[in-house]
Amino acid sequence: MIWIIEHLLSTIIFLPLLLAVFLLVIPGTWERAIRWVSLFGSLLILGVTMLAWRAMSWNAGFELQEVIPWIPSVGITYKLGVDGTAMLLMWLAAFLVPIVFIGSWREVSKNVKMFHVLILLLETGMLGVFAALDVFLFYIFWEVVLIPMYFLIGMWGSGNRIRVAFKFILYTMAGSVLMLAAILYAAWQCGGTFDLLTWYDKGFNPIQQFWLFGAFALAFAIKVPMFPVHTWLPDTHTEAPTAGSVLLAGVLLKMGTYGFFRFAMPLFPLAVVKFAPLMLTLSVIGIVYGALVSLVQVDLKRLIAYSSVSHLGFVMLGLFSLEPHAVQGAIIQMINHGLSTGALFLMVGMIYHRRHSRLIADYGGIARIVPMFAALFIFLSFASVGMPGLNNFVGEFLVLLGTFQTQTPYAAIAVLGVILAAGYMLWAVQRVFFGPITHDENRALTDLTGREYLALLPLVALIVAIGVYPKPWLSKIESSTEQFLKLTKRVEMIVPVAKNTTGE
Amino acid sequence: MLNFIYQHFSIQTVAWLIVAFPLVGSIINWLIAAATSKKETEAFRGLTAFVGVGFPLLAFLAVGICYLTLIGFDGVDPKFVTGPLFQWAAGPGLTIDIGLNLDQLSLVMALVVTGVGTLIHLYSVGYMSHEPAYARYFAELNLFLFFMLILVLADNLLLMFVGWEGVGLCSYMLIGFWFEDIAKATAGSKAFIVNRIGDAAFLLGMFLIYGVMAAAQADPAHGYLNFATMASNSAAFAPVATIVALLLFVGACGKSAQIPLYVWLPDAMAGPTPVSALIHAATMVTAGVYMVVRLNFIYVLSPTAMEVVATVGAATAIFAATMGITATDIKKVLAYSTVSQLGYMFLACGVGAFSGAIFHLVTHAFFKALLFLGSGSVIHALHGEQDIRKMGGLKHKIPLTCWTFVIGSCALAGIIPTAGFFSKDAILWHAYSSGHIGLWLVGFVAAGMTAFYIFRLVGLVFFGQTTLSTDQWKKVHESPVSMLIPLLLLAGLSIGGGLFGVPEVMGGGDILGHWLSSIVPQVISHGGEEMHSQEIVLMVITSLWGLHFTVLGWVIYTQKRAWPIKMAEKLGAMYRLIANRYYIDEIYDALIVRPLVSFSRAFLWKGVDDVAIDGLVVYGTARSIGVFGRLASLLQTGVLQQYLLYFLIGAVIIVGYIAL
Repeated sequence: MIWIIEHLLSTIIFLPLLLAVFLLVIPGTWERAIRWVSLFGSLLILGVTMLAWRAMSWNAGFELQEVIPWIPSVGITYKLGVDGTAMLLMWLAAFLVPIVFIGSWREVSKNVKMFHVLILLLETGMLGVFAALDVFLFYIFWEVVLIPMYFLIGMWGSGNRIRVAFKFILYTMAGSVLMLAAILYAAWQCGGTFDLLTWYDKGFNPIQQFWLFGAFALAFAIKVPMFPVHTWLPDTHTEAPTAGSVLLAGVLLKMGTYGFFRFAMPLFPLAVVKFAPLMLTLSVIGIVYGALVSLVQVDLKRLIAYSSVSHLGFVMLGLFSLEPHAVQGAIIQMINHGLSTGALFLMVGMIYHRRHSRLIADYGGIARIVPMFAALFIFLSFASVGMPGLNNFVGEFLVLLGTFQTQTPYAAIAVLGVILAAGYMLWAVQRVFFGPITHDENRALTDLTGREYLALLPLVALIVAIGVYPKPWLSKIESSTEQFLKLTKRVEMIVPVAKNTTGE
Repeated sequence: MLNFIYQHFSIQTVAWLIVAFPLVGSIINWLIAAATSKKETEAFRGLTAFVGVGFPLLAFLAVGICYLTLIGFDGVDPKFVTGPLFQWAAGPGLTIDIGLNLDQLSLVMALVVTGVGTLIHLYSVGYMSHEPAYARYFAELNLFLFFMLILVLADNLLLMFVGWEGVGLCSYMLIGFWFEDIAKATAGSKAFIVNRIGDAAFLLGMFLIYGVMAAAQADPAHGYLNFATMASNSAAFAPVATIVALLLFVGACGKSAQIPLYVWLPDAMAGPTPVSALIHAATMVTAGVYMVVRLNFIYVLSPTAMEVVATVGAATAIFAATMGITATDIKKVLAYSTVSQLGYMFLACGVGAFSGAIFHLVTHAFFKALLFLGSGSVIHALHGEQDIRKMGGLKHKIPLTCWTFVIGSCALAGIIPTAGFFSKDAILWHAYSSGHIGLWLVGFVAAGMTAFYIFRLVGLVFFGQTTLSTDQWKKVHESPVSMLIPLLLLAGLSIGGGLFGVPEVMGGGDILGHWLSSIVPQVISHGGEEMHSQEIVLMVITSLWGLHFTVLGWVIYTQKRAWPIKMAEKLGAMYRLIANRYYIDEIYDALIVRPLVSFSRAFLWKGVDDVAIDGLVVYGTARSIGVFGRLASLLQTGVLQQYLLYFLIGAVIIVGYIAL
């Protein structure tokens, strides 16, 4: 017990792996047992995460640290530790997994055992990414995430899943390879250590910063995804099984934004200054572009996928504006997007399971047949649109407010995203739910079941809670934001005094 | 009674109850709606109506208590803030408290919102009685009241924006209430999206205000977006007042349906008629006016912004009035009339007569709610008919509806001594006396048109020969008592509601002007006998002008109905232009909506995404390396399980390594 208290993060990260190994021992035909064990196991993990949550002071840098020398000969240590941002993201991952299990209870019927094993492996990877303070360890977790996701899409996906799974892996690998090279080079420069905190203190010279940032940023930008390296996302989301889509949108994309937040930006502040105009421009393009392309989608899942490009654009805009409120907004937006878009993907999965179509044109007027489904979907759409009082507004508002102060033109264009979001979401809602019933096969649709409520209501409750009273959430990421800005804005450390005025 | 309340509740608690009551009512009715979503049942209808009307009434009583309490303090500025219920956000510079602000302005608004709101809820009990989704209707209407009260009572700009968007949401839901009709659902989406354009500008204005307050090092205790903080640092706005004011005004143009964002309001008539009365006439659409008046200290810093506000208002007033003359749907006539009257309110703001704007806002709430409810009564009596050319002579069948409607029409036309006369005259007089002769003339002409189109409507609907068949004629029936009571009360208010704004030259006290004096700048005193006589002369001219068109409209459309048809033929092109609403919707569609959609589809999606990025770069790279084929074939031979095994073994080794 004491070991667990002293190693909370390790416990959280490796419990899913342990559970996965345990599942492998159970015969694959015991499907009910596998589902229940996975569900309770994932709830247990969430419980331990809440223990860690309670143990945090939220304003003391990296907490709950664990350090074990791992491969001392090359300077790799097993080092974990979390600040407010990392803790919230770990919590998000741990929170979404049980919901995904509940949501997939009926949807996944083939190879149930492998499915649960893979999700649990994925969970280990996701949790590890956010907790790692050793860059090599981070990289391992980063890659660990890819493999289960690849198989989830390849085996339980729909349509052209093999091609899409391949596209997914090709895209992300392309980024990771460069990042690996950058990591090895940087470690060599830092005297053979992979310890992130040591890296923070090392002032890389401007040219190194430029190239290292480029390599990191490419890997992370693909993951976010930022325009123009976003095209894997719609394909992947469309063909992935619901569980895959929820975790992909909910957590995997945040690995990219988190990468910027934890590594690319604070490590290479000089490069941030250089790249900021480009990154801000790409973020704003992503916001508007994602929204415009969402507008014309015919596939509901694809529409939500493109909307993610738009929403994640706000996160990147907030981070690169380097303004405290905007950064805070960006972080809270990561959580918010995970909750509301995750919930939307769950609901699309539910209707797909009933009707085996994601095409908007195959629906029409179904609010009459499935009123509660419609009500909840519309609720989530408004959350996604940024209705004040619901969660997404908090993030978008803070990002835009902050960005407006330091990067006014970008904020002024990004506001277009707010208008367009209403356009694509409401238009889709209208075509799916309103009007006369256009397809007779839809008349037999059944409304939400108890199990589905169970999966959705926790998300709905959080969406309202964060929207109405965001302060407790914001206060948890305050010191982590300060730390980020302190590191990322330390231009004066290296640049001659003459340039100092521009940094203010 | 009051003493009892004071013993048990603080006045702050009562203030919170104002917003809490409608929310509770809404939640109860949402639960009923959810519980009955599986099958329709009559069981809860009584409860639904009781809750739906009861909680708005309680809110009205709570506002009344606050009002009576505040006027009880002699010689003290009657206003108070509740202080924060909780903090929305707190950080350096960005403190946002969730608090209410009850002052002379917000109290007037809250009285109108809850008072007229309660009457319209009561009216709905009868009007919607055949509606299956009864609980959902009241849930949405109560929710609207909640957000509207948040909007009005908020003590900071962000909370106001919460209400602002919230009423937009409710408007969306209620316009598309009968969502099975795709046209109605589309109208709801259109309203929300067009409003969002304004909201985006509102947000930018808010960000700019935040920046100004931060730069001015305003006291951050209550946050930079707090109205009191803004007002006490208003001088800091001077350098950017024009841009701030105009950005916020774009927001107001969305919500209050001004040129060029007015297009959603006529379509919004797709909603149930009580909704049109409450949301799209009396309350929500006036939010833009309220916001401009609330932030008057920014507007007065920028003469340019004031000019723009006044010009847009006057232009909208006359533009919408022309469309009111040709519209043939009873609710559309009233909708254009609302757009036009809102234009008057902005004209008032723009010439500096903020209290005049609020005066007209209040009287308009009375008589336009009355007119909408009256039209609802007509529609109800005719089982859904809305085309005014298919009515006529209804005064014999539904006399009470008819005469209350005539009273409302007189108020709209500005006939002495109805409420509308005083408020409209005040606006025109201020436009004239502040030297805006051109704008005055526009308003003056539009006033004639107003009188004409509304009495055209009255003539066609209630008087003259009926165009109904005998069969239809027999089925016409007067509305139930629950619908007639609101009509009678609102008729009373439409006549007497102007008394608290009677100008001093007519022996009145301009009570409203004095009441608001600590919030809005006083209109420059037009002292001197000469000005007084001018004011009286203008008043006489205006009222004669209105009366003239009233009679004209009434006579033509009761007795000489062939004339206007001939006129329309003679005017040909011009008539068609107006009757087709200047093709504005079509122009927006062709210039903005369609290009945007086809650009997104053909260029961005199919072009950039599919061809340029995916086709050339991604798959191009893949093919040239030749990995694609290899990896894909590996996958298809079923090595999947093996891969996974390798992966697991690796993972276990890593874990083992760490553990050891």
